[in-house]
Amino acid sequence: MPEVTYSQALNMALREEMQRDERVFCLGEDIKDSTYGVTRGLYEEFGAKRVVGTPISEAAIGGAALGSAAVGMRPVAEFMYMTFMMCAMDQMVNQAAKMKYMFGGKAVLPIVYRTMAGAGRANAAQHTQDLASWFSHVPGMKVVMPTTAYDAKGLLKTAIRDDNPVVFVENKVLYATAKEDVPDTDYTVPFGKASVRREGKDVTIVGLQRMVETALEAADELAEAGIEAEVIDPRTLVPLDIETIANSVKKTHRVVVVHEAHERVGFGAEVIAQVVTHAFDYLDAPPARVANPNVPTPFSRTLEELSIPSAGQVVAAVRALVA
Amino acid sequence: MATLTPPASATTASSGIERHGLSDEALLDMYRTMLRIRRFEERVKELFLEARLYGSVHLYIGEEAVATGACTALRDGDVISSTHRGHGHCIAKGLELAPMMAELMGKATGYNHGKGGSMHIASLDHGMLGANGIVAAGIPISTGAALGFWVRGSEEVAVCFFGDGGANHGSFHEGINFAATLKLPAVFVCENNQYAQYHPVQQDLPIENVADRSVAYGIPGVIVDGSDVLAVYGAAKTAVDRARAGEGPTLIEAKTYRFEGHFLGDPEPYRTKEEVAQARASRDPLVRFGAILQQLGVATADRLQAIDAEVKDEVEAAVEFGEESPEPGAELLLTDIYTGADPDGRDAPRSRSETDA
Repeated sequence: MPEVTYSQALNMALREEMQRDERVFCLGEDIKDSTYGVTRGLYEEFGAKRVVGTPISEAAIGGAALGSAAVGMRPVAEFMYMTFMMCAMDQMVNQAAKMKYMFGGKAVLPIVYRTMAGAGRANAAQHTQDLASWFSHVPGMKVVMPTTAYDAKGLLKTAIRDDNPVVFVENKVLYATAKEDVPDTDYTVPFGKASVRREGKDVTIVGLQRMVETALEAADELAEAGIEAEVIDPRTLVPLDIETIANSVKKTHRVVVVHEAHERVGFGAEVIAQVVTHAFDYLDAPPARVANPNVPTPFSRTLEELSIPSAGQVVAAVRALVA
Repeated sequence: MATLTPPASATTASSGIERHGLSDEALLDMYRTMLRIRRFEERVKELFLEARLYGSVHLYIGEEAVATGACTALRDGDVISSTHRGHGHCIAKGLELAPMMAELMGKATGYNHGKGGSMHIASLDHGMLGANGIVAAGIPISTGAALGFWVRGSEEVAVCFFGDGGANHGSFHEGINFAATLKLPAVFVCENNQYAQYHPVQQDLPIENVADRSVAYGIPGVIVDGSDVLAVYGAAKTAVDRARAGEGPTLIEAKTYRFEGHFLGDPEPYRTKEEVAQARASRDPLVRFGAILQQLGVATADRLQAIDAEVKDEVEAAVEFGEESPEPGAELLLTDIYTGADPDGRDAPRSRSETDA
């Protein structure tokens, strides 16, 4: 089993799915010479009709993916940065996500809207914003956020085989830093199944993508103080595996959610609302969030770093709960 | 193969009676289609005014020749995208009046089970990718359908209807430009009905013709009289054949006129009653085509009247079907949000569409 990066794992998923099903094709800006390597080599293998370079026209990319799905294709559309999806919101939200329902059920729309988010590369505010909670708010959409290389491959294959519009959020730091042994065989990772990254009995920390690493770092530090944290990676926001999270909270009686997205109306709010609904009687302390402090992501490395939740902040949040 | 050089500005399709090789039967079918649109919508208007039908309803009356001429140039398997003013496109693409009327009434038996209404009426089985509540949104979608045909190497064509207002939306540029770069099998039909919502087209358009914008995309632009169904057919047929042959998109601008307001209930302060009366008297596509059919000896006035009587009966049957159809059951509220398992775990009953399949 080869050790591969997150980005190479995604590339494996695309290649395998394009080999498996000729309806699968990729479209996006400059995907022939993929900046982060996710689509690298696909043009050479599958040609210009399966790896379609588009103009810098995000509304056209969003709509073209939808239109091609409506006539039986299985498009994988790339938006170079998640912030660019804002130029395609009508096509993604008002058209793709609503079409099946509005049409009375007849539309089957297997669309993957791939993109990348994540702070930490000094891309500044217009190229850095995790909008996954926006899309999670929209009925008809599924939202996926893989953390590990293994999950990246397995979840992308599941997304491509899913018959609904899926927003697939990759992380630009994890592209290179997340690496592990990934089978070069066909496997999938199901939607709606959280992964318990570390077991513990004193507090549940729910983290997304890079914040899983931050949570694990915090857990190591907390362990030294005798506090055993359980770290859960939901992997998919829609569907959300609330059962695994709520069961964990029933055991630990405390929960902290960590994400790079802004705190206000971020995904942590949804997780906490559902924890309160499903495990209210088990809570011994108010649920807490550690997130971007509601600021646009600054350019300066120093300031950007301060905008991203740190292991120290997570430790402090947990210590405030575990009195 | 000859290289097509785009003209410096759009060309104007020739007028005059040219039947383009269409049989008598085909011509009469076109007349019947136009009449079905007209009578269906006249009845929709009456029902709306009697409060027997509700919602946002935009009528196509006066523009029937555009949808009919363009859709006559299509084959089964070809697809169209439409606008908020979509009833005519539906009928021209072969949708049935009864489930259309039921949809406009929000009934369970409608094409969308009452979940779409007039602005979202669709039937993918007919290659009708939906009316659309968002101006110009159909342009990227039909570009995508054409992209799908191109990727899989099949011969279908996507036709996109949009209005003069839509021509000023960013989606117009993004969609047509993308289609032109790959020579996708798409035809873009601008229905210039002279008014974008409540203001004249000239207010938005700093050039004379929408079709002149074709030059910017290196594709042919054709201006056609949108009240002349044969002229529309001729322009559409050329464009569709060209698209099917892999030669890329065409931008057709059909100059037409909206006899009714922007929506049902529009007080129309932006134009005079005289202007509308003048248009109805001088450029009614049905009157014009009826005269041509008689001139060509395809049908007598009596025959045309008989068709009208049949169409009126069909429309009445559609109204009856719609009014007698049940309201959607509460179980429909939570069905068909997703294909397959519902992320919120709603164990929804199987929808009618799935049961039908």
